[in-house]
This record gives sequence, structure tokens and C-alpha cells, in this order.
Amino acid sequence: MSLTIEEVLKVAGLARIELAEGDAEATRDKLNGIFGLIEQMQAVDTASVEPMSHPQEVAQRLREDLVTESDRRDDFQAIAPQTEAGLYLVPRVIE
Amino acid sequence: MIHASLTQLRTALDSGKTSSVELATLFLDRIERFNGTLNAFITVDRDHALAAARTADARIAAGEAGPLTGIPLAHKDVFCTEGVLTTCGSKMLSNFVSPYDAHVVALLKRAGSVMLGKTNMDEFAMGSSNENSHFGPARNPWNTDRVPGGSSGGSAAAVAARLVPAATGTDTGGSVRQPAALTGVTGIKPTYGLASRYGMIAYASSFDQAGVFGSTASDCALMLSAIVGYDARDSTSLERPGEDYARVLADAGSSAKPLAGLRIGLPEEFFGQGMADDVRTAIEAALDAYRDLGATTVSVSLPNAKLAIPAYYVLAPAEASSNLSRFDGVRYGHRAAEYGDLDDMYRKSRAEGFGAEVKRRILVGTYVLSHGYYDAYYLQAQKLRRLIAEDFRRAFEACDVIAGPTSPTTAWPIGAKADDPVQMYLSDIYTIAVNLAGLPGLSHPCGFGADQLPVGLQLIGDYFEESRLLATAHRYQQATDWHLRRPAIAA
Amino acid sequence: MSRNDWEVVIGLEVHAQLNTAAKIFSGGSTAFGAEPNRQACAVDIALPGVLPVLNRGAVERAIRFGLAIGARVAPKSVFARKNYFYPDLPKGYQISQFELPVVSGGTITIRVGEGENSYEKTVNLTRAHLEEDAGKSLHEDFHGMSGIDLNRAGTPLLEIVSEPEMSSSAEAVAYARALHALVRWIEICDGNMQEGSFRCDANVSVRRPGGPLGTRREIKNLNSFRFLQQAIDYEVQWQIDTLEDGGAIRQATVLFDPDTGETRVMRTKEDAHDYRYFPDPDLLPLEIGPDWIDQVRAGMPELPQAMKARFMSDYGLSAYDAATLTASREVGAYYQATVDTTGIALAKPCANWVMGDLAARINRAEIDIVESPVSATQLAGLIARIADDTISNNMARKVFDALWNGDGESADAIIEGQGLKQVTDSGAIETMIDEVLTSNPKSVEEFRAGKEKAFNALVGQVMKASRGKANPAQVNDMLRRKLNS
Ligand SMILES: [Mg+2]
Ligand SMILES: [Zn+2]
Repeated sequence: MSLTIEEVLKVAGLARIELAEGDAEATRDKLNGIFGLIEQMQAVDTASVEPMSHPQEVAQRLREDLVTESDRRDDFQAIAPQTEAGLYLVPRVIE
Repeated sequence: MIHASLTQLRTALDSGKTSSVELATLFLDRIERFNGTLNAFITVDRDHALAAARTADARIAAGEAGPLTGIPLAHKDVFCTEGVLTTCGSKMLSNFVSPYDAHVVALLKRAGSVMLGKTNMDEFAMGSSNENSHFGPARNPWNTDRVPGGSSGGSAAAVAARLVPAATGTDTGGSVRQPAALTGVTGIKPTYGLASRYGMIAYASSFDQAGVFGSTASDCALMLSAIVGYDARDSTSLERPGEDYARVLADAGSSAKPLAGLRIGLPEEFFGQGMADDVRTAIEAALDAYRDLGATTVSVSLPNAKLAIPAYYVLAPAEASSNLSRFDGVRYGHRAAEYGDLDDMYRKSRAEGFGAEVKRRILVGTYVLSHGYYDAYYLQAQKLRRLIAEDFRRAFEACDVIAGPTSPTTAWPIGAKADDPVQMYLSDIYTIAVNLAGLPGLSHPCGFGADQLPVGLQLIGDYFEESRLLATAHRYQQATDWHLRRPAIAA
Repeated sequence: MSRNDWEVVIGLEVHAQLNTAAKIFSGGSTAFGAEPNRQACAVDIALPGVLPVLNRGAVERAIRFGLAIGARVAPKSVFARKNYFYPDLPKGYQISQFELPVVSGGTITIRVGEGENSYEKTVNLTRAHLEEDAGKSLHEDFHGMSGIDLNRAGTPLLEIVSEPEMSSSAEAVAYARALHALVRWIEICDGNMQEGSFRCDANVSVRRPGGPLGTRREIKNLNSFRFLQQAIDYEVQWQIDTLEDGGAIRQATVLFDPDTGETRVMRTKEDAHDYRYFPDPDLLPLEIGPDWIDQVRAGMPELPQAMKARFMSDYGLSAYDAATLTASREVGAYYQATVDTTGIALAKPCANWVMGDLAARINRAEIDIVESPVSATQLAGLIARIADDTISNNMARKVFDALWNGDGESADAIIEGQGLKQVTDSGAIETMIDEVLTSNPKSVEEFRAGKEKAFNALVGQVMKASRGKANPAQVNDMLRRKLNS
């Protein structure tokens, strides 16, 4: 398989990464190289194989319903790009 | 003193022959002297380090020292350190002072160790050469024109150059073992789930595992004992009784054939075409040494191991594409200086904040998860993951540990593969299968290739067989001296 | 053509906030109303390196819900990441469940309409899954920017999805109300709709009867039953008008504007998200064993359907009355306590009082039944005195008012203190009748001339003479006998 420029741009859009006009082609070529490697997977018949999503196949451990955290807003917002009145500021969100 | 093992440093500290402040100063001075050349550290924290050293000295004086109290060490910059810059090798986090400590960091802090600084790494732990760092490549102390390996290249280089006696790293696809091999130090990654991932900035969650570097297996055992253990804040952390790996080594008696009865499995697939001749020579010699120590070698097969790289480069980027979505310029990290609307802010901040390889992996991951491709890529890769884990299970029916090269070549020149991601990916051909299965793996120095560059031998254990890996390497190191060789910079 | 030529198909997705103390994947507090971001902990704001750990309390509430609707509680379910960028979504993905939800199937029985014309319907549920809530965007002007408050981020949600089986806004509202009552009944959600604890999305389409399903549009975030009704009514009419004008419906997500009463498109299918769901590698599969389910079952209250059936079979109530008395757990409990005090024999008058005078007073006072100044025990005491003829029904209303106003501790105390006890002594009543007959010869004459109305006047006079305390039936009886003799 090989990706088209349009597909590269679409994926970059989904990932919210701006690709400069000239970069799209170079990016596509690199990605196609990587997919060339990845495609080796398709040679294997895995019809009867269970997918493995985790190295430890154990059950989820649960936490008790207890509040353990206290207010650290000032610490957390000291490293934020832009805040006001305790809120994180972002370009206007339109619904 | 700079060549002393952790055990020797312990004795020196406890006997009053040296102090933690003296040790910290000694190594901080070395960092100051050599970091300009090696670029092994992104952040050096002299004031905090000396304060921690004074506290450690008080603890030692009070007779309350543990094995690591007063020992200087360094953390890979992937670990969050409270009040200290934590960059993950990225421009995205070049201004991120973490408000909390990673679990591994907190454990080592509690043990009284003294953090000297944060080591260089491939951005977000994506890379095999440390060239993907926003802060420039770390350099190999054996030859500063060569890469130290990656992604934990800074930690490996720092230990190899004795800028610090020991260091932490992380290993998602070989990122502890491969740089350990390329810089001639010992490194181990434990079974997935043994060390908490809390506070370790995530690359690929189902692979990421903390590990350690030291000059010997015995130093690694001390470090590893300190960082493993159950953590309620990591759902994948395993509830198991703690192990004192160092005691296990001390218990091993001395005999002419200390490894008698040990069956070392040699996977055919790890001894094929890909391995460089100089590496092969060193590995064969090491296997001879193992046989001399009483071990037997047996041929095993990992027929699906060749699919480890393709499967990994689907699964890890998929997880990464999602893990790295939180870097959006809203709550911390880089935000573009100029932007239009919200989406433009996202796109520019992420385009500026991430380097080329990180962006590539995000794009690959986004693509394989997107509608219409999930089954062909993600699900298929998960199935291969099982096949690979099954291969290991079968192999361990015939052997106790698996051995082979850690890296197909010795350290390559900086820039040689920098523009060729596929060639770069292939350099992890022997390490990645271990991460897919979640097994423990160790690399120890076993000689030198052409150009006097170190070669590492990889030992792979069954789940929770860290003790056996460390004991095996320890026996080898008791009988050989490759681990004592130092680059000129640390002579 | 009219609305009758179209069939309406509605399915609801409800997000119920679970009333845990801590968030679903962190130890942050879920309390409502804190200053912005003061309840957003490291995990909630998605600092680099933090990890989720699932709250047992959230899972237990999902199990309660599954048991309450007779659904399958999955022995193994999986958390998945739903990836999209939005500033109120700190990780860039929502942890939700996709392929293997914790609850699947189940039913909810609803009653649509009022009184005689009401009917019952059973709605099938598709699934219910656990997920985390997002934060909030505040659009007040911060130099042309939006402010993000992440206090709500990570609050546990149960997303409850119905089959598209409702065919009118009335059915949709009845379903939403029944679901709302149920989640409060089993105490998994506080149901506070103003605070967003219970939010409805409605999938609406129309079709020709028997024809293929129409294209649906999803109305998002309806946070009152009135808006739900208005939004569906508007949307149905809009779809019918569009189709009858020869137009086509395009799949879309729409928002309801309560000010205009209209729906407007938020996004169409073409720009729908590609959420890239995949199992969350930070979370292992959730396993729920039979032991846990048994333990949760043992702690379940009697459910509304069971209570309703019991009220019908044991107390002889009509289906409508039984449904009304089990519309909420509080009403059911109040009624039950009343009957427990009076005894089963008075179950019907108890029902009439709870649904009648008590309900009316509570509605007028705009309070909840648990805040009623008249307790179930007090009401039971009153009903018992009516039953044993101590007071008449009319007098009972006065006693009820006195209880409501706190003029006495019990019906007995008020009857005693205000001398309201019914006169049943026939000697005393006879004396009063004699006096009334003597002083009202005209009425007596009229009655004898065949005017039945005159009889009622005489009864009124006797009751007046007794200051309302004479037993009206007894007065009737005795007066007629006297006049006819
Ligand atoms: Mg939904
Ligand atoms: Zn939802």
C-alpha cells in the first residue's frame, strides 16, 4: 500500500499537526517507507489468533471510592501557557 | 572513586571514608567538565543535589542508611521530577517543571539517593540513537562521533563516562538494553508491570517499562531492587512481594562451574544474516565463556521474531498517537506564539513542539487506528504480538535464559541513519520482541568490535526471572573484565 | 398530509452522573460548585505521566443499574479510548467503553399519559457503559478567548442507550422520567438536571408506516424533560415538513435552542469525528465475578416494578394508582410506611390520601415528599380515625391542615384538643334532631309534600347544631326514620 498526499493531510488534520505545504511530500515518502516495513505483517495468517492487548493478562485492579487529592490549582497553573480567574484560556470555542 | 561499584561506594560512605557531599561534588564536577562534549545531561541540578547529599550524610551519620543512601545517580528526563525541569527530550516540554515526582523517582528519593540531574534522550523515548533529542544528540564516550544508542542514550553515556555511578532509563523497544550495549555498560529492564509507570511520561503504555544502568550486574541489582514494587496509582503495576536482587547475587557461592545446570537458549533467528561480523565474534566468545562457567547452550527458535518490528511499529505508534494528544498547548508545555483559531493553535503548537520522528510516529499511529484500517493493522499486530509471546513461552520450555546480541552492530556514526527511519528501526531487531512479550531483558558488555567499540550480549528471561538474569550476568562478570573497561574520558 | 401519515422513531442516550465521592479514574472530588479547577487533580488535568485507576464505586453503581433493569452484567468488559481534540478533554481522549460495555440489554417499563387513558410500554435498552465526563468551556469574554474549567473532568458517567422504540415525545419523556426515577431509586445518581447530573440526547427519525427507517438526527444535551419534549416535537415536525416538501434528511447532530424552540445543526455526518477507538493500554479488562454481583444484589432495595406489582396484588390497587405510588422511591416509601402503620385493610384509603390531599399540598408547597410536614405515621393516624368513625372525612381535612401547620403532634391530639371527635351517641343526636324539627316546621312540611331537597336542609341543620361533629350517615338514618314515622 502507499499513502496519497490527501491521506497524509487528512491524518495530520486528525492528529492536529500542521504540515507545511512542501513537507507533505517528504512526509508521505517517509511514511510509505515505514508502511513498507509494516506490510510484512500481512503475510501471516492470524485467523485463529486472539489479539493480545497487554503483556500481563490479568484483571483490572480497582481503587476504593475515596477522595485523596486536594487543591493544587496554583501549582498546576503556574506552568500553564495562559490562565485567568483560575481558568485555562484557549482561543474561543465555538459550538 | 569514580570507578567504584555501588557496593564499594556504600562501604566508603558507611566507613566515613567519603561523604555523600564529596561524592556528589566529585561527579558534578565531572559532569561540568565533560557534559559539553557528551551532552549526556539536559539538566544538572547542583543545588538540589548538594542539599540531598547533606541530608543523606545526616542519615548515614544517624545509622539509618539504606543501600542507596548518599549514592549519586541520574534520571532519564522521561521521569517527572518535582520542581525540576522535565523535558522528555522535547521542545514541547522545554519549559515543563513537573509539579510531582514519578513513582520511581520518589522511591529512589526515599532510599536517600542523590539525583545529580536529568539525562538526555530521544524525544518522548522515540529513537535508537539519541539524535531525536530537541537538546542535540548525546555522544558515545568511546568515540564522540558515534551515537550512544537510544532512547536512554544520555543515561548510558553518563554511566559509561562515569559522570554518575548509576542511572535510570526506560525500555519500550530496547531503549535500555541497546544503549547499554553501545556504550559498554550493564542495563536491565524488568518484566512489564514490576516498576510503576506513574510519572514516567508515556510513549507506548503497554510496552513502557523503567530500567536501570550500572557498570555491573551487581550495581543494576541494587538499583532494580529499589525501583520495583507495587504502586496503586498504576493499574498495570503487579502486586508481588518485593525482591532483593542484590542478596540473590551475594548468596551465589563460588565454584569453578557456577553456572552448571544453566541452559542458555540461542535463537536461530538472532544469529542469522543481520549480525555484523565483529559483533558475532564477540558474542561467540562470550558464549564460550558461559560454557566454561558450566552453562550449556541449546538451539531454540522464535519463528515470529522477524515480525516483531512491523508489529511494534503499528502498536507503539498507535498508543503514542493517543498518549501524546494531551500535549495541546492548553495546560502546560509549548504553545505557538501566533495562531488563529483553536484548531490552528493546536496544529501550530504541536507542529512546533514535536520533532520529526515524533510527528511521524503520531501520523503512523493515527492512520492505523483510523476508520477502515483498524483490523488490518492494529488488530493484526496484536495477533502477531501473541504469536511472538507464544514463541518465547515455547522456547523457555527448553532453556532457562535466552542469549544473543543486543544490537546487530556497534555504535554507528552520528548522522548515519538519521534520515532513514526504517534503517533506524531495524537496529532494534533483537530487542523489540522482548517488549512485545513483556519479558525481562539485560545487556552486559562482552567485548569490543572494530574501532574499539563495545559489544553487548543480551540475556532474556522468562517472566519474573530478573534474579536469574542478574545472577547469570554476575557470574560472567566475576569471570571476565569487559565490564571494567573504561573509555579514555573516564580513565 | 398530516402527522398521522408518519411514524416517529426515537431512541434516547442518557448520561447519568454517578454519585461517587471521587472521580472515576482519580482521587479527585466530584462535589459540584467548587471554584474553577480547584477540584481538578493531576490525573484530571492529564499531567504528563499520570495514570488512571478505576473507582470501584462507579463499577458497583453500574452493576446496580444492570440488576435493576434485568440486564446482562458483563463478566469481562473493556475500557477504550475515544480520541478527539477539545479543550475540555484534557487527555485528547475520553476513556469510555466501546466494544464490550459493562451492561447490555435490560428493559424499563414506562406508563404514558394520565389516568384512564394512560398505557404501559416496555422499552428495551441496548447497553449502558461507564465513561468519564469532560470539563466545561466558559464562553464569557476573556479577551475573546474561552475559559476552561476541568472540575467536572473525570466525573463518572453511565451512558444508558435505549433501542429506538419510542414513537412520540410523550413516550420519550415517560421513558426519561422512568429512567430518572430509577437511577435515583437505586441511589446511583442524584438526578439533579440543573447541575447536569442527568442529560439526554435524542435520536429522532420519521418514516412512512411500515416503510424503511428514516435518516436520524441526534439532538444533543437536553437537560430538562420540557426541553426534551419541545425539542422532539419541533424536530419531528421539521423532518416531516422537510420530507413533505420533497427534501431529504441528512444525518446530523443538532442542538436545541430553548429560546427559539428550534433545533439547529451542529455538525453533519461528513464532518463527523473519526474517534480511533482502541482498548486503553493503561487499563486492563474489568472483571466482575458472580460473587460481586450477588453482593450488590443483596444490597438492592425493592425495585419499582416489584413494588408496583405488590401494591396491586397485596393491596388491591389499580395499575395506575400503583404506578403513581411507585413513581419515585420516596413516594413509594412514604406510602409503604403509611400502610405499615394503618394495616393492609386501609391500603386503599392510604393510597387515596397520598395521591390526593397529600400530593396536592406538596405540589402547592413545591416541596419533596421527604420534606412533608405531615409524616407517614401522622397521616396513618388520621386515616385510622376516619376508618373507625372518630371523625368524618370533612373533619379529617381540618385535622390534616392542622397537622400540616404543626398545630398538633398527632391526629388524636388535634381531635382531642379541638374537640373534633364525631358524635355517635344516638341519644345526643336524637335530641339535636328533635330540636331542629321543632324549629324548622316549614322544612318538615315541604319534605312531607315530597320535596327531597328539604331533607338535605334538615340534615345540614343537624350537622350545624353538632358543629360538624355528628356522624353524617347516622344523622341521615335517624332523621329519615323520624320523619317517616
Ligand atoms: Mg454517545
Ligand atoms: Zn457518552
